[in-house]
Amino acid sequence: MTTQKVHLTVNGEAREADVEPRLLLVHLLRDTFLLTGTHIGCDTSNCGACTVLVDGESAKSCTMLALSAEGRSIKTIEGMADGATLHPLQQAFWDQHGLQCGFCTPGMIIQSAWLLGQNDDPSEAEIREGISGNLCRCTGYVNIVKAIQQAAAEMRATAAAPIDAPAEPAAAS
Amino acid sequence: MVAVPLQTTPEVGGMGHSVKRKEDPRFIRGQGEYIDDVNLPGQLWLDIVRSPYAHARIKSIDASEALKVPGVAAVVTGKDLEGYKLAWMPTLAGDMQMVLPVDTVMYQSQEVAAVIATSRYAAADGVAAVLVDYEPLPVIVDPFKSLEPDAFVLRPDRGPDKANNHIWHWESGDRAATDTALEAAEVRVSEDIYIPRIHVASIETCGCVADWDPVRQQLTLHMTSQAPHAIRTVLALVAGGAGLPIYEHNIRVKTHDIGGGFGGKVPVYPGYVLAVAASFLTGKPVKWIEDRSENLQADSFARDYHIHAELGATKAGKITSLKVKTIADHGYTDAAADPSKFPAGLFNVITGSYDFKDAFVEVDGVYTNKPPGGVAYRCSFRVTEAVHAIERMVDILAHDIGKDPAQLRMENFIQPEQFPYKTPTGWSYDSGDYPRALQKALDMIGYDDLRKEQLEKRAKGELMGIGISSFTEIVGAGPSHDFDILGIKMFDSCEIRVHPTGKVLARIGVQTQGQGHETTFAQIIAEELGFPVADIKIEYGDTDTAPYGLGTYASRSTPVAGAATAIAARKIRDKSRKIAAHLLEASEDDLEWTNGKFSVKGSPDKSKTIQEIAFAAYTNHPAGMEAGLEAVDYYDPPNLTFPFGSYICVVDIDKGTGQVTVRRFVAVDDCGNIINPMIVDGQIHGGLTMGFAPALYEEIVYDELGNNLSGTFMDYLLPTAVETPAWETGKTITPSPHHPIGAKGVGESATVGAPPAIANAVVDALWHLGVRNVDIPMTPQKIWAILRAKGVTA
Repeated sequence: MTTQKVHLTVNGEAREADVEPRLLLVHLLRDTFLLTGTHIGCDTSNCGACTVLVDGESAKSCTMLALSAEGRSIKTIEGMADGATLHPLQQAFWDQHGLQCGFCTPGMIIQSAWLLGQNDDPSEAEIREGISGNLCRCTGYVNIVKAIQQAAAEMRATAAAPIDAPAEPAAAS
Repeated sequence: MVAVPLQTTPEVGGMGHSVKRKEDPRFIRGQGEYIDDVNLPGQLWLDIVRSPYAHARIKSIDASEALKVPGVAAVVTGKDLEGYKLAWMPTLAGDMQMVLPVDTVMYQSQEVAAVIATSRYAAADGVAAVLVDYEPLPVIVDPFKSLEPDAFVLRPDRGPDKANNHIWHWESGDRAATDTALEAAEVRVSEDIYIPRIHVASIETCGCVADWDPVRQQLTLHMTSQAPHAIRTVLALVAGGAGLPIYEHNIRVKTHDIGGGFGGKVPVYPGYVLAVAASFLTGKPVKWIEDRSENLQADSFARDYHIHAELGATKAGKITSLKVKTIADHGYTDAAADPSKFPAGLFNVITGSYDFKDAFVEVDGVYTNKPPGGVAYRCSFRVTEAVHAIERMVDILAHDIGKDPAQLRMENFIQPEQFPYKTPTGWSYDSGDYPRALQKALDMIGYDDLRKEQLEKRAKGELMGIGISSFTEIVGAGPSHDFDILGIKMFDSCEIRVHPTGKVLARIGVQTQGQGHETTFAQIIAEELGFPVADIKIEYGDTDTAPYGLGTYASRSTPVAGAATAIAARKIRDKSRKIAAHLLEASEDDLEWTNGKFSVKGSPDKSKTIQEIAFAAYTNHPAGMEAGLEAVDYYDPPNLTFPFGSYICVVDIDKGTGQVTVRRFVAVDDCGNIINPMIVDGQIHGGLTMGFAPALYEEIVYDELGNNLSGTFMDYLLPTAVETPAWETGKTITPSPHHPIGAKGVGESATVGAPPAIANAVVDALWHLGVRNVDIPMTPQKIWAILRAKGVTA
């Protein structure tokens, strides 16, 4: 099958790859770039395990073509920590026991980051609504809600942005 | 709750400390290693052609076009496997299951052929190009029709002696005495209760990477398995039966991280065997990853129990007797992972938390044109079905005689002083305090006020219900005299190695799918030996290194392998005492053990820490003693453990839509002594959600042609954070008297206990309309239809 070149920024780094036009973004991230923190849990965009940020917007990478990411900036779970320093959401998920098997966790953290970018002080109902596109089978959501509340409080206290401004788009060819 | 005094400091982190999980740093960074993250050099991909029919004869399979697809290396059919005697394989229940059908498919989405290719996408292209010519056959989806004398035989391979669709009959208790008691009963309550087919739907699907090395004659199978040692043995047996040179010492099963199990990752699925066969044929690693539709249509399912129950009681509400007849739809093969003496699992724990003399339970397993049923959904072998039935029946009895359901339970509970308690079906409950748990739940939720509110609401025509479930679980399989799977006794194991510098490596025979064993098993060792949790590494899931064990399901990790861990640690402490006596030049009898050190009685300054003792074990051990500080224990539990609890649920029902909203849910659990309160609460939150889900949303539905109508997450509804209640939890602690650390297991209690609390609440809201039972899932459509039939809504 013919391939096409795609250029994008992933976690702040310019990347390119030759891809089949039908290749899904999640497979580009996982199989080509070996960023396996983004998971696949369904084929119908219900579960949210594959959630990434595309130019700062939450997106389900199993229902987006790799070529649709041309020139755009992607953030995955691997881009959340600053070296040894965890993102407040990562720390909060750990502190609050907001994960068990860990499979939904990367998508859940990314979605939470997007949510807190929209609303830095969400109510419990707003948090539950905000993560309703991400399924967790282990935790019953109680501690995920607590984790997001902890991270929101900490980020308000330190005036930290939950996600960086999108990087400059990579040059399209 | 009786607070158990903490024996260790937070820095050591033994029993009772909410130690943050040691496994989490990798998961929150996206550095977990799940099966689809495993990629090996030269790896091929396997994808599966599946049947569109629930029952059909395969007239022909034409792979010629598929083989022309770029990247496709091979197409494997049942006829190919038959040549290697690999078309069929044994199930864990001792039945036979097809790897690929030679001539007949038995359920929709059954595996028909495997395509092996150089990429994920090429394999899928190959699947689309395989042409299969089917001749559709009549379909049986109803297990009652399957038992009719003129029903066609679904499994002629079982031979002429078994020319029907009946798999087995199993019974427990005293039929005659129960019949007599029921006839004498002043009040008799009977009900048909269907507990539908559901699927565990862990967010990670199943998969594997099979890696056969023809030079070293070594098979490494990376896979999603809750029971890697059992898988290794089954593979060795299957390979031996097929005459393949794959022997157990050359099979290594590695599980890596597992994205949820809930029992769905216990069985051996055809995809695993196909990947192994493909790797054997090609000499290359072969990866198979199930997609969600395959997962929801073809691996294994739970429940599907058609229960008829009859309860006898006095007019005052004292239960005297229970009789239960059940039809179990197992699909086309019995692939349940029940212990071999228990084809219906531990369903005869159905007498529950109540003290009465006469009970009789019978179950008949039946074949239908469905994939394997009755396997698992976060439950210890059919306990959920048993608890649902008894808790529904007790509630119906209470309503029938006009007694408050809480009061009726209090009057029928086995009392604390009656333990150990022998049930009419033969179990010996180890411990319990049921009135205390229920009273705590009643207090937490404010029961009396809620009943008043309900009366006020009802007067206004509003539908509000309160439901109780006071369940007793039966977990920790199990004692070897009764429990085995394929003959392998259900012990479990732990091996502990203390390194010279006082750091610890422990390996366990059970697996973790999110339960947090890397933390809790370290806490057991910290409690017993005083090493800080931070200094203890727990390993599992590699059959080359971990001691043999039967794996994690049925809440058996803490009851069995947790006990092995405590006992292995105590063996190390015993040896440490001898070394300390040598170092302190004291008699062993003069030493006492406190806070991770041995000291001379009366001279507390004369002491040796466990770390000093560990160093001495390698540098200065006594003459005549073996060097080193290691121990292993294979623990055979003397009994099962019996966690229990009382749950209370409050629901409001929208009369216009039939929508049930869980307004509050209080869960009081008693799992004995608690290793890590934070993790126990997390297990209960998750368990409650997996009880809530089938109560209101989840059901695998088949049409009359055997088509699965619930094959995606758009049709099979997992609860999101929006629907899921904010769970309220409480604890009582009644330690298990026979478990070394007094623990009982907790991972499944809430899934077992929650559904009847919700069902009882819904029926409680509708009882005054003449509704006696609503089968789960209690969907808006179902409730709306009831309300309409009762004239409540237009």
